[in-house]
Amino acid sequence: MSRKLIFSVLVFVIPCLPFFLPSLSLAGEPIRIGVYLPMTGPVAAFGQMEWAGIQAAHQMRPTVLGRQVELVLVDEKSDRIEAANAVSRLLKKEKVQAIIGSATSSNTMAGAALSEKAKIPMVSPTATLPLVTQNKKYVFRVCFIDSFQGEAAARFAYQSLRARRVVVIVDRAQDYCVGLASYFKRAFTHLGGKVVSMVYCQTGDQDFSAQLTSILASQPDLLYLPNYYAEDALIARQARELNLNVPILSADGAQAPELIKIGGKAVEGLYLLAHFAPEGAATPLAKEFMKFFKKTRREETSGFHALGADAYFVLLDAIKRAGRTDGDAIRTALASTSEFGGVSGTIKIGPDGNAVKSAVILQVRGGQFKYLTIVRPW
Amino acid sequence: MDLPLFLQQLLNGISLGSLYALIAIGYTMVYGIIRLINFAHGDILMVSTYFAYFGISVYALPWWLSVIIAILLTALLGILIDLGAYRPVRHAPRISALITAIGVSFLLENLGLVVFGGRPKAFYRPDFLDKTYELGGVHVFSLSIWVPLVTAFLLALVFLLLYRTRVGAAMRAVAKDMEMVQLMGIDVNRVISLAFAVGSALAAAGGIMWAMKYPQINPLMGIIPGLKAFVAAVIGGIGNIHGAVLGGLLLGITEILLVAFLPSLAGYRDAFAFVLLILILLFRPTGLAGKDTIG
Repeated sequence: MSRKLIFSVLVFVIPCLPFFLPSLSLAGEPIRIGVYLPMTGPVAAFGQMEWAGIQAAHQMRPTVLGRQVELVLVDEKSDRIEAANAVSRLLKKEKVQAIIGSATSSNTMAGAALSEKAKIPMVSPTATLPLVTQNKKYVFRVCFIDSFQGEAAARFAYQSLRARRVVVIVDRAQDYCVGLASYFKRAFTHLGGKVVSMVYCQTGDQDFSAQLTSILASQPDLLYLPNYYAEDALIARQARELNLNVPILSADGAQAPELIKIGGKAVEGLYLLAHFAPEGAATPLAKEFMKFFKKTRREETSGFHALGADAYFVLLDAIKRAGRTDGDAIRTALASTSEFGGVSGTIKIGPDGNAVKSAVILQVRGGQFKYLTIVRPW
Repeated sequence: MDLPLFLQQLLNGISLGSLYALIAIGYTMVYGIIRLINFAHGDILMVSTYFAYFGISVYALPWWLSVIIAILLTALLGILIDLGAYRPVRHAPRISALITAIGVSFLLENLGLVVFGGRPKAFYRPDFLDKTYELGGVHVFSLSIWVPLVTAFLLALVFLLLYRTRVGAAMRAVAKDMEMVQLMGIDVNRVISLAFAVGSALAAAGGIMWAMKYPQINPLMGIIPGLKAFVAAVIGGIGNIHGAVLGGLLLGITEILLVAFLPSLAGYRDAFAFVLLILILLFRPTGLAGKDTIG
């Protein structure tokens, strides 16, 4: 009889155990941070590099508030619809406390709308278009923005390269490219230069011969390519095939090893504005991270590694200062980030969610990105 | 626009168009013989570029040897796809085969993403294809001359195969009446396997030329060339091999001239190709060259 009773109690209690477990182990429950990045598709290089940076940063600092941090990665496939799906999965199914992502502006905007609604803070490593954080309370970034980058590029083109007639080739399918091109044009015209023509293409285009041929006639002294690496590498090659041998200036979206692998000789001498150069890194965290990254990944830290890591570090710092993990507490702490010594430099985040940071100018020489100079915010 | 500039654009167009044509030949040949729109054609093309990439960049073989091996392997892949995916639905309604083809296409794309990774790889280009000549103000890129030559050569080979060999005769017979050919004691499955092998080899040739011209390969690179070649094949009249070449050239040249004359529409060139497809299907469903199909 008693054995029967014990047995029936066990039968009843055991299935119920899982429902009590969470409340018992609340103190040690991991903090879940969702990550959505383009791991495949046209801008996969960004996603994979940023993910490597985030993972390394996570290995370096795996806990906060005495709790483990757990990363949940979803691939957004370089597609803005997939980006929205990824964020909605992170919010609804994975129930994350904060989100890191995404790499490009269009896709971050697609995801940001959802996290804003759910009041879950989001930090983008490299979405540089000013619109990304506009009128968004919960959306932040750890990179500079394109109004700064476009003007810095225009000054460099006008003052250092002494360019006066510039042709801009713009990927019309990316908000980032369209935005950056117009900031550049405004600043360059203001300085006294002339954008002789603005020519369009589209993400995934392979043939640019028609656009480049029409440029031949306008005899520019500089090509400005505010696009992603895949298009820029092919544009550079096809320009050289048509004997269009003018200097090329590009932007932070071009800084991927693929630019050099695909571009080959054609991208030798290409200038680009970027977020980070190992030579310019000064903070203690940068030194620690670069050493750790080299040891664990056998690779030098590049701009996208550094910014991926910074998105994680800044978020972690905010959670620490908040002392809690609810969306509003993290948001308030993020918005008051100041003088944080990140990997890519000292980061101050304003109430608008944007980081104020300097940029570096690199040049491709001998098949590598070489540091030229630093541009500080004015 | 002055004359040298126009000639330059025309040359750009011929160069792009002959690539479309080269890919469209394989597309249209398979359709002509077994009445299947092989939507996986572009993805077979993608796999072939990876075969060549592995030969050249990973196993460090001479480029021409890698290209030959890649073409042979792709032909084999074509046979395997037919065996595994299309043969089981050969006598099912045509829509089943069409859907199977879409399935094969997705399978190859996602397999490519898993096996090769999503980041683009740089493709090798031999030195003699990497030169620019200047002729009366027109910059002639050596590869732009080679692509039409290779297209013409392979076109001639396909015609030789179809009209001068016994296998070709068998293929044309299958195109006319599959059941009857079976009754005559010809192994239809073998003939169709061979058609797939040839079609895939043509896709490989087109893919490798494409990868040399636009030297970056990724697992989704086959989608747009595949669709463009399909449009080219329909413009020329699907199933008609002359038509595919005509359609390819026409599509390439009009695309380039569209961008040249209306630069503000440059972002819509793909849309333009598909509008052209719709117009052709509406007003001339058998294509410009008409219904002069294989057989």
